[in-house]
Amino acid sequence: MAASKPKVIPGFSVTLGVTLAYLSLVVLIPLAALIAKAAGMSATQWLATLGDSRVLASFRLSFGGAAIAASVNGVFGLLVAWVLVRYRFPGRKIIDALIDLPFALPTAVAGIALTALYAPNGWIGHLLPFKVAFTPLGAIIAMIFIGLPFVVRTIEPVLQDVDRELEEAATSLGASRSQTFVRVILPAIAPALLTGISLAFARAVGEYGSIIFIAGNLPGFSEIAPLLIVTKLEQYDYVGATAIACLMLAASFALLLAINLLQKWNRQRRGAAS
Amino acid sequence: MNRDPLLIRWLLIALAIGFLLLFLALPLAAVLTEALRKGVLAYWHSLGGDDTLASIRLTLIVAAIAVPLNMVFGLTASWAIAKFDFAGKAWLVSLIDLPFSVSPVISGLIYVLLFGAQGILGPWLIAHDLKIIFAIPGIVLATLFVTFPFVARELIPLMEEQGRDEEEAALTLGAGGFRTFWAVTLPNVKWGLLYGVLLCNARAMGEFGAVSVVSGHIRGLTNTMPLHVEILYNEYDFVGAFAVASLLALLALVTLVAKTALAWWHRAELGATAGH
Repeated sequence: MAASKPKVIPGFSVTLGVTLAYLSLVVLIPLAALIAKAAGMSATQWLATLGDSRVLASFRLSFGGAAIAASVNGVFGLLVAWVLVRYRFPGRKIIDALIDLPFALPTAVAGIALTALYAPNGWIGHLLPFKVAFTPLGAIIAMIFIGLPFVVRTIEPVLQDVDRELEEAATSLGASRSQTFVRVILPAIAPALLTGISLAFARAVGEYGSIIFIAGNLPGFSEIAPLLIVTKLEQYDYVGATAIACLMLAASFALLLAINLLQKWNRQRRGAAS
Repeated sequence: MNRDPLLIRWLLIALAIGFLLLFLALPLAAVLTEALRKGVLAYWHSLGGDDTLASIRLTLIVAAIAVPLNMVFGLTASWAIAKFDFAGKAWLVSLIDLPFSVSPVISGLIYVLLFGAQGILGPWLIAHDLKIIFAIPGIVLATLFVTFPFVARELIPLMEEQGRDEEEAALTLGAGGFRTFWAVTLPNVKWGLLYGVLLCNARAMGEFGAVSVVSGHIRGLTNTMPLHVEILYNEYDFVGAFAVASLLALLALVTLVAKTALAWWHRAELGATAGH
């Protein structure tokens, strides 16, 4: 848009140079250290770590638990977003502000607070007939906590934009409320919902602070993959830590790509609607 | 405004509020109750311990270094990206967002692989008697990494939205580059900048995983507040752990209130992405 104007704003080379230099120093070179370490590892070293049953169990919990937590967030995040956007009730604005708590609350604080609640003698724990804290279920509870705002905040603006006239048209043509929801509203918000769920999933896979307190960290049972990286580092097993980290990093990048595609779809859907 | 039957409406509201009470309000309440379990005196006493005060001091020092650096970077990067057209711009924006998709533990690990005793630069650092890992520089670096995108990602869309006309007008009228930045650009983005700095600061003071990997957990020396919470908790000093946690929870609440106030009063000046 500015291509026709003469370029008069100064400072391009300086600001771009500083940006690239700082980005390289803080982010790119350290990440390259991980890649360099991984590139120097032999196939046997990779297999020794990634074939280990304890490592595999930690991946199962980190990815499987994150998938369950993200699905729960998908359902309840949609419900919360719906209530906040569509209904007016006292305290709505305070609740809306509180949604971001998991973004703002340090993960260690969330971790010990959830543990206090769900421990066998805790407020919630003593009401339940089964154990939550110190089991994989505890890890999933922490994953739900940290993932919730991603789903709510991604759906809210899209839900606001859903064409009310389309809904009314569906109703006047004889569609029931649930038919309208499934046929009109759900397709309109589907890209945003999927984006939110993917973001919550990505965050839960890599989460560490809030989980390690409540999960109990029993090897092969309630131990998450990020914790295993820390454990391997403490044992000076840099090769093992690097192997797990690389696999997780590859998964995050694949997710990032998927989320970018979803967001593009979301923008197209929204662009077509308005 | 909506034609959902009253019963369904209240049922959904009750369900949503119930879920949020369970997952958001109760943990907050638990922090406060556990911290005050043995009374206000025990609470104050546990906050006055030497190691606790040292952890508060370290957290403030780390934030005081990391937040301004990332703020200056955010302003520089958004000036380059929003005010000019160049090839690879979309790539650069994605790279700036990259730290958000890296697990905190991996964010710490990469610095250990670079600067640790067995790391790439380890032998050189030891030969020159420099300590980065298990010392404050490592904690600052890990914090810089995890808070890297906050200010930039707030400012880039905002500055792009505002365009270049005002700057070009100022320059045509004879203002220099710096004068234009101070008198035109900065006032236009000040609320967005504050918003980004608030979020950056909350994360800098609250970061756990990345800092945990590089800190070495030396009491009174390399323990930040979140790490000190973990140590006290693992020593079964629950009042102490929740007392320090209550300070961090207070920081989170202040951040939320300030951020919400900014979004209410200055929504128009915060750009499209703000509000979450």
